[in-house]
Amino acid sequence: MRITCPHCGERDRREFYYRGAAVDLDRPAPDAGEEAWDNFVYLRENPAGVTRDLWYHESGCGAWVVVTRNTVTHEVLGSELASEARS
Amino acid sequence: MDKLSANTPCEGLLPLTVGSVNLTEEDPGAMTSIAPYKGRVKDLSAALKAAHGMTYPAANRATGKAGARAVWFGHAQAMLMGPAPDASLAEHAALVDQSDAWAVVRLEGDGVEDVLARLVPVDLRPAQFKRGHTVRSLLFHMSASITKVGEKTFQIMVFRSMAETLVHDLKTAMEGVAARG
Repeated sequence: MRITCPHCGERDRREFYYRGAAVDLDRPAPDAGEEAWDNFVYLRENPAGVTRDLWYHESGCGAWVVVTRNTVTHEVLGSELASEARS
Repeated sequence: MDKLSANTPCEGLLPLTVGSVNLTEEDPGAMTSIAPYKGRVKDLSAALKAAHGMTYPAANRATGKAGARAVWFGHAQAMLMGPAPDASLAEHAALVDQSDAWAVVRLEGDGVEDVLARLVPVDLRPAQFKRGHTVRSLLFHMSASITKVGEKTFQIMVFRSMAETLVHDLKTAMEGVAARG
């Protein structure tokens, strides 16, 4: 599997650390309520299809990257820096 | 204890020649990581140019020359190697002294790309990777910074604590390439 880092270009998957679904970028407000926080901490989609994940380019440039990929076809559809995906 | 003598990271391990490839230790001088503040890369680049004669490097590039080099070192970070950083840089970037924290070696000779191809999962052949190009990637199992500084010459940096592993892994790859003749 190859992942494209926005800085480094296409790289081997072994350079990356997998964090999980990119929901971390949409942290609820502290007073958003129990349900929103329960969703944020515990509930994850398990899509057959397109998903957005956070990866860390651990052995490369050290950037957090949001990777869009398809869990059915294993296609990697795109990537962007987490610092930019958030704003 | 009044007289301590400095040891380089690869003291007693290098130099080394296997086949047509030489591995030697580099004395990088002062090393300072430069992390530009948000939106200040342009100002930093101008200050760097005025003080040390090189611009702030773009991703995967190194600027300057032997003795005074700025190597791109990852997301929003570069490493200034050689001169002690001018005070003017501190206005635009966070500066951290990293002198002595990195083992710096020089790998050169005919077939040097074949040696690196055994260890680094990035295409470092001349058609793709030219002088002034740099990568942060793996060297076997270690995070490394690899910069092409000459026609057949690479500068390789890993954490100082990994110096012995670095020399061991490079030596094994050099012997493998040499054995193929």
